[in-house]
Amino acid sequence: MSRTPLDTVEHATETPDVELPWAELGLKKDEYERVVEILGRRPTGAELAMYSVMWSEHCSYKSSKVHLRQFGEKAPQSDALLVGIGENAGVVDVGQGYAVTFKVESHNHPSYVEPYQGAATGVGGIVRDIIAMGARPVAVVDPLRFGAADHPDTKRVLPGVVAGIGGYGNCLGLPNIGGEVVFDACYQGNPLVNAGAIGVMRHEDIHLAKASGAGNKVILYGARTGGDGIGGASILASETFDDAKPSKRPAVQVGDPFQEKLLIECTLEAFKEKLVVGIQDLGAAGLSCATSELASNGSGGMRVTLDDVPLRDSTLSPEEILMSESQERMCAVVEPGKVDRFLEICDKWDVIATVIGEVTDGDRLEIFWHGGKIVDVDPRTVAHDGPVYERPYARPDWQDALQADDANKLPRPATGQELKDQVLKLVSSPNQASKKWITSQYDHFVQGNTVLAQPEDSGMIRIDEETGLGVAIATDGNGRYAKLDPYAGAQLALSEAYRNVATTGAKPLAVSDCLNFGSPEDPAVMWQFAEAIRGLADACLQLGTPVTGGNVSLYNQTGEAAIHPTPVVAVLGVIDDVARRTPVAFQEEGQLLYLLGDTREEFGGSAWSQVVHDHLGGLPPKVDLERERLLAEILISASRDGMIDSAHDLSDGGLIQAVVEAALLGGKGARLIVPDGLDAFTLLFSESAGRAVVAVPRSEELRFNDMCGARGLPVTRIGVVDGDTVELQGEFELSLEELRRAHEDTVPALFA
Amino acid sequence: MARVVVDVMLKPEILDPQGQAVQRALPRLGFEGISDVRQGKRFELEVDGPVDEAVLARIHDLAESFLANTVIEDFTVKVESEEAVAGAAK
Repeated sequence: MSRTPLDTVEHATETPDVELPWAELGLKKDEYERVVEILGRRPTGAELAMYSVMWSEHCSYKSSKVHLRQFGEKAPQSDALLVGIGENAGVVDVGQGYAVTFKVESHNHPSYVEPYQGAATGVGGIVRDIIAMGARPVAVVDPLRFGAADHPDTKRVLPGVVAGIGGYGNCLGLPNIGGEVVFDACYQGNPLVNAGAIGVMRHEDIHLAKASGAGNKVILYGARTGGDGIGGASILASETFDDAKPSKRPAVQVGDPFQEKLLIECTLEAFKEKLVVGIQDLGAAGLSCATSELASNGSGGMRVTLDDVPLRDSTLSPEEILMSESQERMCAVVEPGKVDRFLEICDKWDVIATVIGEVTDGDRLEIFWHGGKIVDVDPRTVAHDGPVYERPYARPDWQDALQADDANKLPRPATGQELKDQVLKLVSSPNQASKKWITSQYDHFVQGNTVLAQPEDSGMIRIDEETGLGVAIATDGNGRYAKLDPYAGAQLALSEAYRNVATTGAKPLAVSDCLNFGSPEDPAVMWQFAEAIRGLADACLQLGTPVTGGNVSLYNQTGEAAIHPTPVVAVLGVIDDVARRTPVAFQEEGQLLYLLGDTREEFGGSAWSQVVHDHLGGLPPKVDLERERLLAEILISASRDGMIDSAHDLSDGGLIQAVVEAALLGGKGARLIVPDGLDAFTLLFSESAGRAVVAVPRSEELRFNDMCGARGLPVTRIGVVDGDTVELQGEFELSLEELRRAHEDTVPALFA
Repeated sequence: MARVVVDVMLKPEILDPQGQAVQRALPRLGFEGISDVRQGKRFELEVDGPVDEAVLARIHDLAESFLANTVIEDFTVKVESEEAVAGAAK
């Protein structure tokens, strides 16, 4: 982009024929023509920069918007929802005057290019979303997906990502309380690094991203603006890797967690003194995004002097300043009388803060550079009226064949010895093995409020020391299920996260999602996306848990090969007293093991079919949302009334996986029997949804059975907590020692 | 024996929090007039035998694949001792 002469609005009007590099910036021809039509002239270089990043897939949701509307249209009535979709993050009422904000986002592409910094800045970005709502961040979670565990590139990506998450989160002093690690060859060239964060505030502290009140000042504070990550997240994350041209060089940002910590404290202090009218964090698309969104969400216009932006590199052009994705920056709108106090607070925290502009009573966003006006646009056209695509979608022709390839017909183990071998194979497989080596690199307990963290079913944080009020969060997603049936797969992800929250004793309240898919330009991928959203929206409506926000990551594709459709769903729950929580681990010998729910022959997409047969086909387990709701109510009541001492949700790997985990965590074995009507294999490996295994003290047996009976939940006694082996009567016996080696040695052997 | 030095620096557009921390500390300690600090790594490799083009090429490969993270860092290779080939930097 030429800088001489300065490409001002006036200059652009006088030189309509100058060719601009719109294609290199990722705009399509018709999109560029639309910009020209909106402005009534060619855009200046700076305007082009803004439109191109803001209209990228990553920022504009242009392919996904038409489908995402369902989350609003089908939103369930919920008294808990204080702020819904569209803000930096949704806010949920959790009682006692507290509100909780949470969100999950993707940082997939940057983490593949530079695993450590990509993952680290992913944590930084989601934490700033939480601060921007006025909340103090209290915990993070990280759902991760990598290529095959034994692939050499996974050994490059995984340790970097894990160290990045640990490095940044631990420096910020935020406990990492949950998430997942999944391996599948489909993620080889496109690992999924999703990051979630939770923040807590009082109701009156909610802040929104808008700039109102003419004369109010716009303050940019935090790190200086540098040349890092120019167009990175937006353009990079909006194309597949194989069509990367030199101009789309991976633009990586480096995070500075200490700067972020200062930003948290400084922002919260400014909130406390009620100095802030509106606020926005700078993430993808940097200043382009912050100024246009603040201005279009407010009542007036905005005037910004770009010369006042503190720079790390004085040679940056105005276009680059507008597009830079330098980390750890925020933008606040402050009344003129409070600017001095705001700057004082920033100074106290050693945070650079500069007034870069003000809110005007017009309706234009105007940006100046060296005295010339280089941007003069209606901010809505940049931030909200981007292109909307009705991408064609079609059920892929291979879907029928995939579903017809029924996993229930795979050869099953016939003898006790075969069952035993397959159990060992399952619990030691990379996906089912203990992730302790990974999660132990994260700090779980910093701040002293963590009551549950991995490998529990949900992470749980106490938010009030007096009353014991707490929140729980679980994230789940099963790309294999979603590949077999995206509609059901998305519902199963929600069901599992919902169940996980309830299993620990918390009441599920609201949902955030991170939708990871391949290229929207492929009708088959678009169909998966449309189906997944339809499924998720329908299920949220039925379960009464509104979607409060989230993120879409498309173009997770290398060449023709897209990842499995992977909707990751986070469910947030509330528990009145964290002392009432239910852990996974078996607590006491002699307690009775009950299986809640119905077990059917459902092996499509199962861990067993993957581990034993390397197979993916058939149909995923049946979804029954009413059953999930009933099961959740029972688990919550049982936890509150002290009827169960431990509980574990049944999901991938089935009952045996759950029992082995609970046994190893508790250091106590289990004797299992095959109940009437089931065979040993189905009991152990079926992945029917809507199930949990609970340990009931003998004194509570009657009361617990009565409660399940009265409410119509099938309950089957399957054994007892006992000894130092896991035994299936008449079939096999495995010592805890042998199980522990199998379960815990796999991941360190691969990555340590 | 010859010594080959590989200097690794963050690329100019990449944020350098360590360098910034040093820079911020300077005025506090009474050292004025330093407007920017960037911090890097220096590797000193003792090479057996003479350093010829082939050896330098190998060191270049080694630096590119192992010593530097070329996504965010640049590096230079230079020969420090006398018997080495002249002018074979980078």
